[in-house]
Amino acid sequence: MSAQPNSTIPAWRSLAAVVVAVVIAAFVLHALDDPAFVAGRKGAGLTLAVAVWFLAWWGNASLSYYHPKSLTLARLRDGFVALSFGLVLLFFWEVLVRLFEVPFILLPPPSAIGVRIANSIPILAADVYQTIFKAVIAGYAMGCLSGFAVAILADRFLFLRRGLLPIGNMVSALPIIGVAPIMVMWFGFDWQSKAAVVTIMTFFPMLVNTVAGLAATGQMERDLMRTYASGYWQSLFKLRLPEAAPFIFNALKINSTLALIGAIVAEFFGTPVVGMGFRISTEVGRMNIDMVWAEIAVAALCGSVFYGVIALIERAVTFWHPSVRGGQA
Amino acid sequence: MERARDKFLPVTIILAALVVVWYVGAVMLNAPFQRDLDRRGDVTRSTMDFVGATLSQPKPTLPAPHQVARNFFENTFLRKVSSNRSLVYHAWITLSSTLLGFAFGTALGIAIAVGIVHFISLDRSLMPWIIASQTIPILAIAPMVIVVFAAIGVTGIIPKALISTYLSFFPVVVGMVKGLRSPELTHLDLMHTYNASSAQTFWKLRVPASVPFLFASMKVGVAASLVGAIVAELPTGAVAGIGAKLLSGSYYSQSIDMWAALVAGSVVAVILVTLVGLAGRITEKMMGARPA
Repeated sequence: MSAQPNSTIPAWRSLAAVVVAVVIAAFVLHALDDPAFVAGRKGAGLTLAVAVWFLAWWGNASLSYYHPKSLTLARLRDGFVALSFGLVLLFFWEVLVRLFEVPFILLPPPSAIGVRIANSIPILAADVYQTIFKAVIAGYAMGCLSGFAVAILADRFLFLRRGLLPIGNMVSALPIIGVAPIMVMWFGFDWQSKAAVVTIMTFFPMLVNTVAGLAATGQMERDLMRTYASGYWQSLFKLRLPEAAPFIFNALKINSTLALIGAIVAEFFGTPVVGMGFRISTEVGRMNIDMVWAEIAVAALCGSVFYGVIALIERAVTFWHPSVRGGQA
Repeated sequence: MERARDKFLPVTIILAALVVVWYVGAVMLNAPFQRDLDRRGDVTRSTMDFVGATLSQPKPTLPAPHQVARNFFENTFLRKVSSNRSLVYHAWITLSSTLLGFAFGTALGIAIAVGIVHFISLDRSLMPWIIASQTIPILAIAPMVIVVFAAIGVTGIIPKALISTYLSFFPVVVGMVKGLRSPELTHLDLMHTYNASSAQTFWKLRVPASVPFLFASMKVGVAASLVGAIVAELPTGAVAGIGAKLLSGSYYSQSIDMWAALVAGSVVAVILVTLVGLAGRITEKMMGARPA
């Protein structure tokens, strides 16, 4: 029901709608620089902004129904639709904030945040280096590797699996982030304590997912390996680990987000005077909200890049999986 | 019997092993400080006595399990519930904003999922951003949300609940989209032969099919809500709640208090997840599902 093909609207017409939307948007943004417009023409500004919204919406909606033959074109269309939605959102944010003169503390316009990012690149780079390249990567590697190793052990010994899995499942519901102050007490203010928090947070998702993935192999395939007279390790490396790869990558993706959260929150409990969490909490105290937003934008970017890199590796490693080949998983 | 052998025995033994490791770790981590203390106080102890002393420090590096258990018991059952040293009081503060945020998050998640399933353009435009929104370490925004709301005069439960909302809506969206799309083509065709309208298909086929998915994702969502509520209490120097308890413990190196607060948070989490699971099972039973 949801995928009614609606080919009556040709693609060029929806593209034209988008172009018109861009022109109006540019006009509104230009007009916002004029104080008289902001003071006297709130209604007109809002109407135009809504018009942009509708045009972009209509363009996107009709484009969504357009089914190109080639896969590249379809990907391009999906990317375009998603991107334009984000841009319209940013545009609306900018217009509303500036038109209704929302206090800067409450919500700075995206342009101000952009300027702030451009002006404080050295500080942001130092924070990213401290939080991501020191704490997150170290903790992420340790947590994922140890979780993986314990999962292999648990796979080898049924007793361990029966004992560890219920515990692992329960722990995933617990607020593990609460160990942050304890780790700061143990390992000091520098990145080691943050890496410890990240290690603990990433360990259990990796353990649970890897064990589930190793159990995903069918009896038929295992029997086949048996008829080849392959031992435990042979069938592990040639059959069961590749079969578990989608599960393992799922854990890696979940962990990429958890790791960032763990490191940033751990910095609220004490850090040297650099780091993303430190910057956020001090700049909030000084009411430099645009700096906080800049830090958040950078964190979002890092999080997305981290996630994207893992997704790319996944595509390369599990090239055989239906969800990668473009079929139905 | 088989259930006891296959399920409870391994879990119990591993938990017991963990407790033993914990005790050994406590002795080892607390030993340097104790040795230092003894040297300054000119005390010589036998080995057993020394071990006993490491396990009963007032501010140990790693408190022994029985110290945490005693602190937890005293602050949970022996204090008046209204006292601000009572863990029940702090847990209640955190729980109330967790539940409010969870309710908002579930409602929002369901609404977005219904939209995504019904409008393909929403699916294409909104879904990538919803996924991207979760790669943002959103807890990082927690302090700002709270301080900013305080600046415009909104304090108390709402800002904390908003953070819980943000964390809990995502699992619900993903689960509900999957659930609402879970009816197979043959079922949809059957509805078609009944000449069912799309509203009828929605209420009589899609919604019932999505219920198991909804409860599964609500379990994840409620755990995330709790984390959100706890973290939301950290940056503002909140005076009450599990997060505030953790923070004040870390200021004054009250390690036993910190561990007890952590245990309290975990207990709340387990209770919440169990309750959601139970509600799910009851609902499914009332809808006529066969127990798996």
